[in-house]
Amino acid sequence: MISLYYFGAISLILIGMYAVLVKRNLLKMLVGLSIMETGVNLLLISIGYVSNRTAPILSEGATPQNTVDPIPQALVLTAIVIGVATTALALTVVINLYSKYKTLDVEEIRRLRG
Amino acid sequence: MVKRILAIIMLLIVGFWMANALSGVPFGEDKMLVGKYYLENVKEQTGAVNAVTAVVVNYRGFDTLGEVTVLFIASTGVGALLWRKKKERTAKSEGSVVLRTGSKILLPFIMLFGAYIFIHGHLTPGGGFPGGATIATAFLMLYLAFKDYEIEHKVFEPIEGLAGVGYVTVGLIGLAIGSYFLFDWIWQTWGWGHENIGRLLSAGFIPIIYTLIGIKVGTELTGIVDNMVREEVKDND
Repeated sequence: MISLYYFGAISLILIGMYAVLVKRNLLKMLVGLSIMETGVNLLLISIGYVSNRTAPILSEGATPQNTVDPIPQALVLTAIVIGVATTALALTVVINLYSKYKTLDVEEIRRLRG
Repeated sequence: MVKRILAIIMLLIVGFWMANALSGVPFGEDKMLVGKYYLENVKEQTGAVNAVTAVVVNYRGFDTLGEVTVLFIASTGVGALLWRKKKERTAKSEGSVVLRTGSKILLPFIMLFGAYIFIHGHLTPGGGFPGGATIATAFLMLYLAFKDYEIEHKVFEPIEGLAGVGYVTVGLIGLAIGSYFLFDWIWQTWGWGHENIGRLLSAGFIPIIYTLIGIKVGTELTGIVDNMVREEVKDND
């Protein structure tokens, strides 16, 4: 039996993947991609969690013995920023596609090609 | 319909596979290897109280430089893809009275809060990236409130470039004084701030680098917003 946090993270990843696979609107696919990203971040953070410990800020009583792992948090900080950058770039491509084809439907765009 | 069923079958397979893989990873247990070393040595080696910031800026500073580069390339890509000969604000109406008044009153406080977040990155949760995003929010609010508002491009773009150059310069000074790129010369060679760990003036170059990152992220995200908001104007006459 896996932990509730892992279950939540996997569910978020699957919800996002469903949107990417099934939806035809490009914006909805991007929303799905963002949801997937959130799921991955939640998974990383919950792998680094240690029960009954506090955030890794070593002041006011926190010692190396009662804080959680700082490395997954640092990696997720990186991942969030990269996520913002890729989302902005993807939205830009969508803006360009819309101004060229006047539609956001992927199958319409495929048919209009050429 | 077939597509949906196929998608759901595939998701079930992927989900089962991931759950199976994660069932071997215990939740809430101490699995630290490198993390333990960082936590035990972070105060002596970097002077930062916040171990996450120390890992991001000091131990893995080169990685963070790469991250800033990715953000810069993304912002450049947005600018290049949305490039038009003539771009202007095309909003039809101003924001409501509440939005306009509120944005005027709140603007300095939001900027101050963003600056607070990135200056205190080595003491409290946060740092350059959230602080910069907060500053960009202030400009986004101005864009929403006023239909003619535009940032000063001649001011923003040099600031963005100078912040990036500053980061590399701090790293190169480390290379000249110490032995490697992004060596913490303020903390390790000069030994400044050893007596006030846990206060603002400590942690070597972490506040400096995080301030530069905060300025860079703030101006870059503002630039992305600006590129997306302004639209092409066709002079068809």
